[in-house]
Amino acid sequence: MSVLTLWVDGAAVAVPAGASLLEASRAANVEVPTLCHLDGLAPVGACRLCLVEVDLPGDGSPTRLLPACSTAAGEGLVVRTATVQLQRFRRMAVELLFAEGNHVCAFCVANGACELQDAAVAVGMDHSRFPFQYPRRHVDASHPHFVIDHHRCILCTRCVRVCDEIEGAHVWDVANRGSHCQIIAGLDQPWGTVEACTSCGKCVDVCPTGALAHNDDTTAEKRAARERPALLRSARERQRWHNQGGPP
Amino acid sequence: MASMLRCCSASGCRSAGGEALQQALVEARSRAGAGDGAPVIKAVGCLRLCSRGPLVAVDGPAGSVLYGEVPSARAAELLEACAAPPRAAAARRALASHALDLRHPFFALQEPVVLETCGLIDPESIDDAMAHGAYATLHRCQAELTPAQVREQVRLSGLRGRGGAGYPTGLKWDTVALQPPGPRWLVANADEGDPGAFMDRAVLEGDPHRLIEGMAIAAWAVGADQGLIYVRAEYPLAIARLRRALAEVQARGQLGSLRLQVRVGAGAYVCGEETALLASIQGRRGNPRPRPPYPAQLGLWGAPTLINNVETLAAIPAILRRGAAYYAALGTAGSRGTKVFSLSGAVRHTGLVEVPMGTSLRTIVVTMGGGVPGGEGADGGVKAVQTGGPSGGCIPAALLDTPVDYEGLRALGSMMGSGGMVVIDQATGMLELARYFMRFSVAESCGKCVPCRAGTVQLLQLLDRFCDQRASPADLAQLHDLCAMVKATSLCGLGQGAPNPVLSTLRHFHQEVVSALAVAPGGAP
Repeated sequence: MSVLTLWVDGAAVAVPAGASLLEASRAANVEVPTLCHLDGLAPVGACRLCLVEVDLPGDGSPTRLLPACSTAAGEGLVVRTATVQLQRFRRMAVELLFAEGNHVCAFCVANGACELQDAAVAVGMDHSRFPFQYPRRHVDASHPHFVIDHHRCILCTRCVRVCDEIEGAHVWDVANRGSHCQIIAGLDQPWGTVEACTSCGKCVDVCPTGALAHNDDTTAEKRAARERPALLRSARERQRWHNQGGPP
Repeated sequence: MASMLRCCSASGCRSAGGEALQQALVEARSRAGAGDGAPVIKAVGCLRLCSRGPLVAVDGPAGSVLYGEVPSARAAELLEACAAPPRAAAARRALASHALDLRHPFFALQEPVVLETCGLIDPESIDDAMAHGAYATLHRCQAELTPAQVREQVRLSGLRGRGGAGYPTGLKWDTVALQPPGPRWLVANADEGDPGAFMDRAVLEGDPHRLIEGMAIAAWAVGADQGLIYVRAEYPLAIARLRRALAEVQARGQLGSLRLQVRVGAGAYVCGEETALLASIQGRRGNPRPRPPYPAQLGLWGAPTLINNVETLAAIPAILRRGAAYYAALGTAGSRGTKVFSLSGAVRHTGLVEVPMGTSLRTIVVTMGGGVPGGEGADGGVKAVQTGGPSGGCIPAALLDTPVDYEGLRALGSMMGSGGMVVIDQATGMLELARYFMRFSVAESCGKCVPCRAGTVQLLQLLDRFCDQRASPADLAQLHDLCAMVKATSLCGLGQGAPNPVLSTLRHFHQEVVSALAVAPGGAP
């Protein structure tokens, strides 16, 4: 396997060819905030939190902003992950997310285990400078085990991807456009009536917020298992499972 | 030369009664007795000056004249105007008030390359198209040149993508051609969605065989054996004519093993973005994805895909027939060749103009377009010209001497875009206009990335505050900041371009923005 060398925040790192800029950043011990990305799922580059500044080697072309999750590392790239400008943009993106939905941490099932909350802390957002939109959304509690509260959805599409890529059921998808986008179950029907749903709960495991939760979760009780897709994918690709011994 | 009446059958003239006029001509001819000398009545593509439709061009022994706004009742006189000079003269005198002066700059300054046979041929007849040279260049390329030589000609011509971004076409073709062996796709992007843009529609409706020939040459040059034309559903006439043209050309075996099909969009502006377009073709949700990888590397069903705009492909036959040097001699150093613009808005002569790149905005809008109806002065009453649609911006009258090319417009905070030019008069408020385009972007955002989905909504609400005279200086600062963020961080061109109408207003019409601020209780704004 060939190896690429690049610079992340001034430090040289070597990564295997095919690695993403996010993986290169981790190799350099640099934490880049992410929200829609989840290890084990195909990256979509939608939340824009992981944008980094990239200079292509030697060609003098202007600096580009690229999503670290979905951009392949390249030989000699110079990557900056936390410039003042990037930090400003990230904070605005998180503010936009908070203003767009109805996120009230105080009585959310995911309080304390919420990646949106973590992102707000990471980017230093203590309030939103944008007016809250207070959208009229709904809650679908038709499933026997789980519930989806669209007020808390940030449209990261992790649920869509985990159900499609890992579980293979493709229960979830996105309907409508722009600010009217919403996650739908089946053919836009109550979740509980979707026969394709295997009730595996992977969508609940990966949801970054409290939008997807177990029925019996109350405030701050949601236990997410966001590492599951990566474990499952790695196990399938290497044909090695924890209970068969050997490295995970 | 046989006498002929060419009736514009493009959408603009049809909506002005073109079909009824053509029908009246046919009836008048049969009443007069259709002998050998009876004029041919032919439906043709766009005759350019849409605002005077329905247009009819009369070709007779007494020369060619273009008539506009002709009522069906005068069909008999139009037929007479085709006759030999002594008879024609009386009819032509009677029709004089409808005659359009072809020496007027609107017509005289045009340089038809893409539109060279649009308006001459019957778009529903492959025989007519081939009589005007269609497919001859394709066969000559295949007989005399290698694919690499064809690509070299395109590279040397300096042609750049006419969809708006201006990527060098030859370079894109090389990138696709040089991918590892395997299947390749060709896609023509005919999802023309900018408000005020109708250049590609004219090609599709008026000269579909030119696009097909351009596609066949492109497919051959990059090694693609399958191609698709993605047309927006809002162009039913274009779709019908394209389908007919494809059926005819495939029945004639002109395309060899190349298979071309039409795909009809479902009404999403964002599907004009190439990665969203490819997703839509594959039956998926029309969402853009991050690039790289570019479609040239990873396109339809994972295969390298050449995707070009209609106008780009329609320029190809002329480039290869007349030579790269001919094309490269037109235009400016960075932007070669010609560009078709659709002139609309507050302008006297609405329609299509094809001019060399580098022609000044003043020439296009004031000299050719005649400026604002009733407008006076050197600027013809023009306040601004909007180019580039919802991703472009407004260029103020003071900068009308700007040569129109990719870099020139970008330097002014606008962009070439696909070629829509909307002329703005003094009565139009620039903030209202910016709000119109922002509303468009909000409605057409696919919703995938946060800055475009949520940011444009906030930008629209900020613009509402300005339009309602209740904005504060803090709102102005936030407008600047959010525009910069949405522009820099959105995933695709739609989001990245969405702030441009606002930014160009802030830049060129700052006084209008400042005077829209709410007056504070103390009296100062």
